[in-house]
Amino acid sequence: MSTPTTLFDKVWRAHEVHRSESGQSLLWIDRHFVHEGSFHAFNKLAERQLPVARPDLTFGIADHYVPTLTRDLAGVADPKVRSMIELLSHNTQRHGVTLFGLDDPRQGIVHVLGPEQGLTQPGMVMVCGDSHTATHGAFGSIAFGIGASEVAHVLATQTLWQSKPKVMRITVEGQLAEGITAKDIALTWIARLGADGARGYAIEYAGEAIRSLSMEARLTLCNLSIEGGGRCGMIAPDQTTFDYLRDRPWSPKGRAFEQACTYWATLYSDPGARFDLEVTLHADEIAPTVTWGVSPEEALPIDRAVPDPEQLNDPAKARQARDSLAYMGLTAGQKLTDINIDRVFIGSCTNARIEDLRAAAAVLAGQKSRVPGMVSPGSTQVKTQAEAEGLDRIFIDAGLEWRHSGCSMCVGMNGDLVASGERCASTTNRNFKGRQGPGARTHLMSPAMVAAAAVSGRLADVRTLTAGADSSVQASGAH
Amino acid sequence: MQPITVLDTLGVALAAANVDTDQLIPARFMKEPRSVGYGQFLLYDVRHDEQGTPDASFILHRPGAGDAEVMVSRRNFGAGSSREAAVYALVDYGFRCVVAPSFGDIFASNAVNNGLLPAMVEEDDAERLLSALGDAPAAIHVDLDKQAIRVAEVEVSFSISPVWRTKLLNGWDDIDMTRQHADTITDFSAQYTAQFPWTAAQPPESTLISKG
Repeated sequence: MSTPTTLFDKVWRAHEVHRSESGQSLLWIDRHFVHEGSFHAFNKLAERQLPVARPDLTFGIADHYVPTLTRDLAGVADPKVRSMIELLSHNTQRHGVTLFGLDDPRQGIVHVLGPEQGLTQPGMVMVCGDSHTATHGAFGSIAFGIGASEVAHVLATQTLWQSKPKVMRITVEGQLAEGITAKDIALTWIARLGADGARGYAIEYAGEAIRSLSMEARLTLCNLSIEGGGRCGMIAPDQTTFDYLRDRPWSPKGRAFEQACTYWATLYSDPGARFDLEVTLHADEIAPTVTWGVSPEEALPIDRAVPDPEQLNDPAKARQARDSLAYMGLTAGQKLTDINIDRVFIGSCTNARIEDLRAAAAVLAGQKSRVPGMVSPGSTQVKTQAEAEGLDRIFIDAGLEWRHSGCSMCVGMNGDLVASGERCASTTNRNFKGRQGPGARTHLMSPAMVAAAAVSGRLADVRTLTAGADSSVQASGAH
Repeated sequence: MQPITVLDTLGVALAAANVDTDQLIPARFMKEPRSVGYGQFLLYDVRHDEQGTPDASFILHRPGAGDAEVMVSRRNFGAGSSREAAVYALVDYGFRCVVAPSFGDIFASNAVNNGLLPAMVEEDDAERLLSALGDAPAAIHVDLDKQAIRVAEVEVSFSISPVWRTKLLNGWDDIDMTRQHADTITDFSAQYTAQFPWTAAQPPESTLISKG
């Protein structure tokens, strides 16, 4: 009998074209997504007068710079933004690469579109010049973000040199309680291990709570792997995965699908497989979690208070907390539920799939948002589906803007920005300084928690909201 | 790519943890072609106020900072977005080496691909280097072959993957290296597609098929 092997190793080995003397592997790439920002890589290719090696395995997606108020390129006021979208069309057309462009009914954020179209499949190695490419690992593929030089390398050769990372397993035992989501699992482990806690590791998520997650929730979890420093995050494919993939536009069909399923079913970590690091969480330790600082590791359960740097023993942590509180405009020891917000954003590759919009709409139904905000669905198909279910009406009636799909206010490249000094409850992935705009203050949380914040005008516990209790009890004596 | 062996130059201390790539280059500058020079965008929002006035006290605005080639910082440097523009900003500014206790994974790869040395040091050693540099640009010596850094009396060693070290010492480029394996790749691709035929992307019959 062969040595027990991890899921990661099974997929890695199947893609090893060559191993150098120094131990680096040249990996075969099954799917390569490019977006507007990939223009640097196309320029590198042009400088060397090289063609795209496998245009059939390369896919262009307009998402980072697309407007969310219109699908008409002429409606983009900033000529530099417009030219980014045009440049992608030009480069994909020139190299014979399929483009999901601005006006395509399949357009969406690359990490929403890939799975939705069936381009993402188990056992693949997938790359994109975007750090949230880890999302696709939810299907049991190795998927990771790369820089422009590596994008150029993949375009030119359909391969990539990689040093094999160590492998860690994060096991979540037990069942998540009502109101606890994949976002909360992610923020909890990142807060525990640190924003560089998984640096140098590929992560496999396992355990009862993970098995029970829907495909979309798994995508959210894997998406956030990079926020803990992980090279990639993956989940062994199972019936949930296969059911999701059946009949997607680019999924294998008929006998090929059955053949693929037979192989996909072998993609799991064998009992006894060795991991370089094992981390175990219990589902009942996980609460609705929000970030209070400027790194995803600065996250806490909603019923807690922001730290008081004076109470922290570690001088490095105290220094960091002081700096984060100053940027965020918060007071040491302030209760999280006493933090007023100015705006909400529901969107991004992390949390803008149909289940996310349903979860937010369930909280907002019949309610008014106390602050302005916008909803940008993860893809045009998600938008269409949401409209068919009447979710758009719920958001609009609550006072929020219903926009087109794109990366939008998560990264602000298209001009959807949070104003300086404004505080935004956001379903996105990064609370970095200036991420949503210069001087913007971001609090990350799940879609239902953003909706709870919207109807409360401040950070709020969705569990007490849905229980019908008014959580407007004033804080006293919080330390 | 310009090889790196020894740097005898000026170093600057950026005494902060989690200097992420959104700080290294804010997203709004990434529409510019590289030819404009990305150095002007480096840490833009950190070193300017909202009106765009430079903060004279910031380390990069001190006399001599324009000649600095080494930046020393704290843990998790370059975390976040895969934007290679963060490396372009450092390189175009004139930096050839960043020293920190840990780096964002993708940032470190991008750095090596642009001839920027990501030198990883122990957390205590980073603090010693930061103290030795102080709040003005100061002389620093980096030796890639010996994996050593010196500032005044402080001498520390750094780690880097042997593969990256060789690449930086020689100024090698991956695409050239890989194209030597063109035949191996062609053979692999044929065998791989035979074994996993469904991975060949089959365009859907109708491009408008959707599944709600």
